[in-house]
Amino acid sequence: MPSLKDLKNKIASVKNTRKITKAMQMVSAAKLRRAQDAAEAARPYAERMTAVMGGLAASVGQSASAPRLLAGTGSDKVQLLVVMTSERGLCGGFNSTIVRLARAKANELIASGKTVKILTVGKKGREQLRRDFAANMVGHVDLSEVKRVGYANAQAIAQDVLGRFEAGEFDVATIFYNRFQSVISQIPTELQVIPAKFEGGAANALYDYEPSEEAILADLLPRGVATQIFTALLENGASEQGARMSAMDNATRNAGDMITKYTTIYNRSRQAAITKELIEIISGAEAL
Amino acid sequence: MAGTLQFDLVSPERRLASVVASEVQIPGADGDLTAMEGHAPTITTLRPGILRALAADGAKAFVVTGGFAEITAAGVSVLAERAIPVEEVTAALLDALVADVTAAAAIGGNKDVAEKTAADLAAMRAATGH
Repeated sequence: MPSLKDLKNKIASVKNTRKITKAMQMVSAAKLRRAQDAAEAARPYAERMTAVMGGLAASVGQSASAPRLLAGTGSDKVQLLVVMTSERGLCGGFNSTIVRLARAKANELIASGKTVKILTVGKKGREQLRRDFAANMVGHVDLSEVKRVGYANAQAIAQDVLGRFEAGEFDVATIFYNRFQSVISQIPTELQVIPAKFEGGAANALYDYEPSEEAILADLLPRGVATQIFTALLENGASEQGARMSAMDNATRNAGDMITKYTTIYNRSRQAAITKELIEIISGAEAL
Repeated sequence: MAGTLQFDLVSPERRLASVVASEVQIPGADGDLTAMEGHAPTITTLRPGILRALAADGAKAFVVTGGFAEITAAGVSVLAERAIPVEEVTAALLDALVADVTAAAAIGGNKDVAEKTAADLAAMRAATGH
């Protein structure tokens, strides 16, 4: 049985924790709104980009002169996994779910005899993946200094990835991130960016192209990669805040439950102590 | 006033403009072009230059560094990598853009392209008066 003083200290400490988690939850809520706005604002660009590239890819994609970014290198021996996670913890299962998906994919690829290279964005994913795949890590992008993810960050990552592709370091690149569904649900997603894949892009023969279709496509594909990475970063940002918000909400509630529990124990032991003292006094008086 | 068309300018981070314009001047990769109502559907890439839209409430001008424009009979949507309203352009900003291009060329980009871009930027500098 802990002493009254111990209990009192414990309650005070849990109360402090609750204050912190509560504050973190509110900060996350504010950040989440901003992240969602950013994701919302970026949507028209990404949608238009995909639509135009889908059309172009459908008309150019089959020809032999199609750019390598679209057609691929003709092999899938070397796979690059770009794993995007957060820089900070305390966000529930956010990082673990992405890492779990990436790890499953990596194991599957290795089992089928392919070479896996891993590029991590965000500290948390690197820490988790380093345990199993230390030999496969080829790079890391640090965003811990970045307060607000901008297109420039995505461009830098895209340039890194494209540079490696040009240098023939890999054949297929896949990005892993959490797609934001709601505050309580984020969906770990894998998306192949190189060679680029478009769904249902109908060939749009109605357009005039200036310069040629091929030239436009060659110009657009790298931008498309950057745009996809940017979208993923924004989705990830919103997901991270959402995950943190619900994790902190849970923590706050748990702390509340704990305080109630400890307060009950505290009151009971106080009561017991008083009763004990009374009994001692009374029996002492009776003995006289 | 002639017919109008919908003009949208979006950058990766946000929508910069969405207005009804009577004409839009686009710095296309192969030369400037002006889109008006009923223009043939065209997709063109952009070179660094100044994008102008004549709207009912006056002309709007933006400095764009690259991207592409999609012209249809009903409207123009420009997807610019970076777009800055002309009033906000400063000499320092242009210097930064030139530095970016030089850096990109140094990494092993196409030298011709880099030089052309630099020339475009110089022309833009003259046009904006910095």
